[in-house]
Amino acid sequence: MLRLEKLSKQYKTGDLALKDIDLEIPDGQVMALIGPSGAGKSTLIRCVNRLVEPTSGEVSLNDLKLTTLSQGRLRKARRRMGMIFQEYALVERLTVMENVLSGRLGYTGFWRSYFRKFPQSDVDEAFRLLERVGLDHMADKRADELSGGQRQRVGICRALIQDPELLLVDEPTASLDPKTSRQIMRLICELCDERGLSAIINIHDVALAQLFAQRIVGLQLGSIVYDGPPDGLSADVLTRIYGEEDWEATIQKGDDDGSEDTGDIEDQDDRGPHLDRDHMAGMS
Amino acid sequence: MTVTSDAAPNKSRRWQRPPMIKRPLLRWCLWLGAGIYLAVAFGTLDVNWTRVLDGIPRGEKFVSGFFPPDFVTNIDEIISGLNESLWMTVTSTVVGIALSIPIGLGAARNLAPAPVYYFCRSVLAISRSFQEVIIAIFMVKLFGFGPFAGFITLVIATIGFYGKLLAEDIEDMDPVQAEAVKATGSSWLQWVNYAVQPQVMPRMIGLGLYRLDINFRESAVLGIVGAGGIGVVLNNAFDQYDYQTAASVLLVIIGIVMLVEYSSGYIRQKVQ
Repeated sequence: MLRLEKLSKQYKTGDLALKDIDLEIPDGQVMALIGPSGAGKSTLIRCVNRLVEPTSGEVSLNDLKLTTLSQGRLRKARRRMGMIFQEYALVERLTVMENVLSGRLGYTGFWRSYFRKFPQSDVDEAFRLLERVGLDHMADKRADELSGGQRQRVGICRALIQDPELLLVDEPTASLDPKTSRQIMRLICELCDERGLSAIINIHDVALAQLFAQRIVGLQLGSIVYDGPPDGLSADVLTRIYGEEDWEATIQKGDDDGSEDTGDIEDQDDRGPHLDRDHMAGMS
Repeated sequence: MTVTSDAAPNKSRRWQRPPMIKRPLLRWCLWLGAGIYLAVAFGTLDVNWTRVLDGIPRGEKFVSGFFPPDFVTNIDEIISGLNESLWMTVTSTVVGIALSIPIGLGAARNLAPAPVYYFCRSVLAISRSFQEVIIAIFMVKLFGFGPFAGFITLVIATIGFYGKLLAEDIEDMDPVQAEAVKATGSSWLQWVNYAVQPQVMPRMIGLGLYRLDINFRESAVLGIVGAGGIGVVLNNAFDQYDYQTAASVLLVIIGIVMLVEYSSGYIRQKVQ
């Protein structure tokens, strides 16, 4: 269980990004965090693994207080939190395999990692994960040769090989086309389900959030303004989160989506990075 | 979304690119000042045209003295000088780059804490503040004539050059890739190896070859102040008015620089 207590973050510029956030995420829950740009979504998940240092408040993962850990202990704790990024954040000049195995760095000594001599069990697990997302034949390709959707799957493998208890997911679909977006969201949710992981998913796409998450939290100017089930998102609630707009077209009940599922991962027609990030313009 | 369906304005609006310096008075004063300065500067440049005309035939005689280049008479000296230069170039480049890596890492704002950053930046600034020849004169005084003084000089120059460019390349890297590796719980060294090194490596290989090229050319100059290498041979040849040997030395230098130039272009293409 992840618990945030009175978590606040004030940047040096004086911007108050998070204001006394209280939040609990039980084991195995997939939670979507929605809100306008600048609401503090990225700051919130980065405060959990302290890529951003919170100003005050507490974060604890299964009763381990993350906010007071020394740098060495923090490294150990970060192994338990996998992170997936908006623009994939793969190291572009490393191979797919090196990118996946970099998820094991926290468990591996420096010289072993320097000579790329990871334990065989790690290599086995890396191949298993790549196979699971349909990319095992790409292991020796350089990361910058892959398409957007493929890169994000490698990013998912890198997070999962850490053997995490929690996934922190930052805008996983923001650079992907609508179909790949769905495949990626489905994959993340399936994997969370298989492994009993809890996850915080920052997402701009309200319809996708409703479709895949068990719980939705709406953030606005650093405060939680909605916390409830996906079907509780009414036009009223969306106005509270994002501001005045015609929300009728956005609110879906999810039943027109499950059927047109083509979603096998091996789908090869998504080569070439898709940068169709504006397909949901008007929502951000 | 706002819809702009207002009636089209019937008067067309004028547009001009906004000037870089907003205040017109300041702008014109700067132009005027630069103009006056240039006029005065050229005015003080006293060119004696008769001497220029005299110089042309003298130059022709000088250049014709180079032909034919004589490789044979002083071949032993040329070869040993060349050997010394190449030895000096390779060792000083390798040692210089090896030393500049820790300093370059320390001089990158996004890697190092402030005290380390300022220390490394000042090391770089000091090693860059003197021209190679000046350092070489100093080193010859310290260590005596010979290639060791040249070696130390080129190491210092390489640290200043390579360390600064390495630090700047690290500062320009993609922070998100670095963040992602940090989030896996990697140690600092692992983070440098997995997130920083792959991003800066191709440029650093290219710059290393470029520095090798520079160091070879510098080694020819350093001989003139007594710091060893092919420059000593060149200098002696000029002193003895033996222009034909000097020409052959110059041709060797040109040939080696071209060789390094072409091979570095090829290697850089490979590692990109």
